[in-house]
Amino acid sequence: MHDNLSSRSRTSVSIRELSLSFGAVTVLENLNLDIYDGEFLVLLGSSGCGKSTLLNCIAGLLEPTEGQIIIKDRNVTWEEPKDRGIGMVFQSYALYPQMTVEKNLSFGLRVARVPRDEIDRRVKRAAAILQIEPLLKRKPAELSGGQRQRVAIGRALVRDVDVFLFDEPLSNLDAKLRSELRVEIKRLHQSLQNTMIYVTHDQIEALTLADRIAIMKSGVIQQLDDPITIYNRPRNRFVAGFIGSPSMNFLSGELAEAGGEVVFRTADTQFSLAGYDHAQPLIPGRKVVLGLRPEHIKVDRDVVGGEVHEAIVDIEEPMGADNLLWLKYAGQTMSVRIGGERRYRVGSRVKLGFDMTMASIFDGETEERL
Amino acid sequence: MTDIPVTSPATKARRPNRLFRNLNSKVASIPMIVTSVVIFLGGTLWTVVYSFTSSKLLPRLNFVGIDQYERLWATPRWLVSIQNLATYGILSLIFSLVIGFVLAALMDQKIRFENTFRTIFLYPFALSFIVTGLVWQWILNPEFGVQSVVRSLGWTSFTFDPLYNEDIVIYGILIAALWQGTGLVMCLMLAGLRGIDEDIWKAARVDGIPMWRTYLFIIIPMMRPVFVTTLVIIASGIVRIYDLVVAQTSGGPGIASDVPAKYVYDYMFFAQNLGQGFAASTMMLLAVAIVIVPWAYLEFGGRKRG
Amino acid sequence: MDKSTIATVHPDMPARRYPGPQGKRPRKALSGRNIMLYGALGLAALYYLLPLYVMVVTSLKGMPEIRVGNIFSPPLEITFEPWVKAWAQACTGLNCDGLSRGFWNSVKIMVPSVIVSIAIASVNGYALANWRFKGADLFFTILIVGAFIPYQVMIYPIVIVLRELGLYGTLTGLIVVHSIFGMPILTLLFRNYFVSLPEELFKAARIDGAGFWQIYFRIMLPMALPIFVVAMILQVTGIWNDFLFGVVFTRPENYPMTVQLNNIVNSVQGVKEYNVNMAATLLTGAVPLFVYFVSGRLFVRGIAAGAVKG
Repeated sequence: MHDNLSSRSRTSVSIRELSLSFGAVTVLENLNLDIYDGEFLVLLGSSGCGKSTLLNCIAGLLEPTEGQIIIKDRNVTWEEPKDRGIGMVFQSYALYPQMTVEKNLSFGLRVARVPRDEIDRRVKRAAAILQIEPLLKRKPAELSGGQRQRVAIGRALVRDVDVFLFDEPLSNLDAKLRSELRVEIKRLHQSLQNTMIYVTHDQIEALTLADRIAIMKSGVIQQLDDPITIYNRPRNRFVAGFIGSPSMNFLSGELAEAGGEVVFRTADTQFSLAGYDHAQPLIPGRKVVLGLRPEHIKVDRDVVGGEVHEAIVDIEEPMGADNLLWLKYAGQTMSVRIGGERRYRVGSRVKLGFDMTMASIFDGETEERL
Repeated sequence: MTDIPVTSPATKARRPNRLFRNLNSKVASIPMIVTSVVIFLGGTLWTVVYSFTSSKLLPRLNFVGIDQYERLWATPRWLVSIQNLATYGILSLIFSLVIGFVLAALMDQKIRFENTFRTIFLYPFALSFIVTGLVWQWILNPEFGVQSVVRSLGWTSFTFDPLYNEDIVIYGILIAALWQGTGLVMCLMLAGLRGIDEDIWKAARVDGIPMWRTYLFIIIPMMRPVFVTTLVIIASGIVRIYDLVVAQTSGGPGIASDVPAKYVYDYMFFAQNLGQGFAASTMMLLAVAIVIVPWAYLEFGGRKRG
Repeated sequence: MDKSTIATVHPDMPARRYPGPQGKRPRKALSGRNIMLYGALGLAALYYLLPLYVMVVTSLKGMPEIRVGNIFSPPLEITFEPWVKAWAQACTGLNCDGLSRGFWNSVKIMVPSVIVSIAIASVNGYALANWRFKGADLFFTILIVGAFIPYQVMIYPIVIVLRELGLYGTLTGLIVVHSIFGMPILTLLFRNYFVSLPEELFKAARIDGAGFWQIYFRIMLPMALPIFVVAMILQVTGIWNDFLFGVVFTRPENYPMTVQLNNIVNSVQGVKEYNVNMAATLLTGAVPLFVYFVSGRLFVRGIAAGAVKG
């Protein structure tokens, strides 16, 4: 084992065959997940997918029905939250309203009867890291949303723990503050180097923050990979559709043989799949779904070589930096992203080129990537 | 997937006994558990069981079937008290809801001095039934009260002496009860009205629907839950009526204003006929059940979860 | 041209107003609608205020004046003698030392009952909201349904239980009874309040390592002060106004004020002194009225939450 990898490969949090059901409703199903020391792992999914439930299980706030949770080589499945070596930051900040910022930060330490001077030292350090020293004597009601969330992070910080849990910490903030704090959390992770597990439904947060993203749906992890892989090589159609805005374009059709190579064919069109990096053999006759991201479709002057298709502009959505075109192609609607300075009139004809190296093909039945 | 030895560290966490999980919470809930099970459930069952016995001065377990109930329904005093309860109950329901809603609707017209009016309408509710009964006993006193005042104005044949007239005594009690309780109904209704989306009013105004129609055909149907809750509250109060009668008329004249709760009390603690008291109180329980069970079913039966 | 009719609607472009209505529509203060509205409200207010007025004027008149005058006329000669008599000399049939005895009895009953019942119910509500154990909801349901059961159904079994415990007729016994019957509504009040607090606060406290009692005393209690005030208003008026439990569960020397008041006014012996009766009635109603007028909106909140009490 290489030295520089040894710290990476050590597991910080490990989930083994974890299941949780409330009565007949299964929320988590046989989950396995290893989170490395110092990793920033994002649990991403829409509401009700079980991501927060999983986080609460790791925190010890919910009891799993089956399975184990191991933190730092210790089986903590039946431990109290305080004994797990975790700190947690909540969406609603969850600051104790009647206590000053200082008391909020020190509450856990006071409960644990940590000596006074040690408490002071840790509170000072956390306040310095988060730049909230001037706020220490204030009550939460006197703070802005961003300041409150900083204090909430500070509360996890003073506990001096190895694992940070974030439960949608930025969802209650407005867009501007959200992006500011996102950067700060990333900076915090870079300087502290501890394990962070971060739950969100916001794909931008996930893509920007994560070392690895676990995309969840109905209590099952759909794909666990680094952000670029998730974006470019989604493992199934759900992941492909979930990540990316506007969503990936999907064309339903089948594989066929033409001129000695495998092509994609629908009722209205047919094109070559040359360049597609397939993981499974492409067998003619198979029903498939072809996915193309809006930015991976070339328009007019960008089309160089290869097959050229034609489409009609249906709607134009200028967004400043980008211009989004909704096109009518082969009886379907397709979105294409082009530069903001390129404008089109509704109804005009455009030339299209498809970049097969960036495409995704999914099996029509299993929806798995081919 | 990397291979990490995870099962090797021995599980030193002990899975605690189910009974001791959340122990503090269970210990803290002992008063609630005892009250609900021993007093509310046990006490009620006890009374029902003993209503089938011939207990006199002391509770004894010699069962006599439905003897007590047969005797109960053959007792004129019980029949009077049931009749009174029915008259009082129906009228009190109707008047409380109508007066309460009308007052609330008036209060909801963005009036000035809203707080003053609310304070005036609601203060009787802070007073006990004893105080209420005694005040109205005085106001309805034929020698000095309303009757004598009207007579002194020149209308010498005017008669209004409900507390001394067997036929209308229950209306005298009704007047006092409405005085005491309608403020509460007004408050509940007003809260209901305030809970209705402002946009409904805007939409009705834009559509040109007159205000009374909006109330009758849009607002009142929307307030169904408030009406149901209020109805249950008023109804369960009606069955219990006791203090007011004791203070205002002592059940008189004669037994003309007797009510079931007073009947029960008198048989348990004065007539030393416990069996009768238990049978009568079981009938009261039945009356409440007729109101509560359908309500509870509608309210909680539908949505089991959450 | 009238300059005042010119207004700018755009920085570059002056615009002229159209003729006809402009600005605020003139409104009559004495519209037919307002006369109807305030007339109805005023009439209703009169009905609600009348008894209080009658109580006050009657209690300030001498008996001779009551016998000749009418109950609505203000006193010609104000006397406070009825008040003194009601407080210190009125006869209940047993003794003649007035309502003062009942007042102090009620205080002795009310203070501990309020404290004990609220302490128990607040912990119940907290446990139900945050530390639900298996079966907790069942007990809570029984409790709430129990709130609708007529007291008469449960009184006798309670008499037996208290007698077995040696508490029948004692002050402790009555405190227990008030705690029992206050429990459904207060528990509901506290449970609903604690449920309405963000659950994450509780989770954060658990992550911080606080246990059942630590979270209750250090996090929940300080946050629940308003609801404690509401519960107190509810209990002070409720217990002060109680009559039935006072009669059943105390001995005559411990009768609360309401029972004593009823005995004074409805005693058959002696000449009826209406002015003393009304003074006594006012004295008995004074405590809940005081609480009502001081607490204002909180009282409304309390009854809206606690309307289930009979």
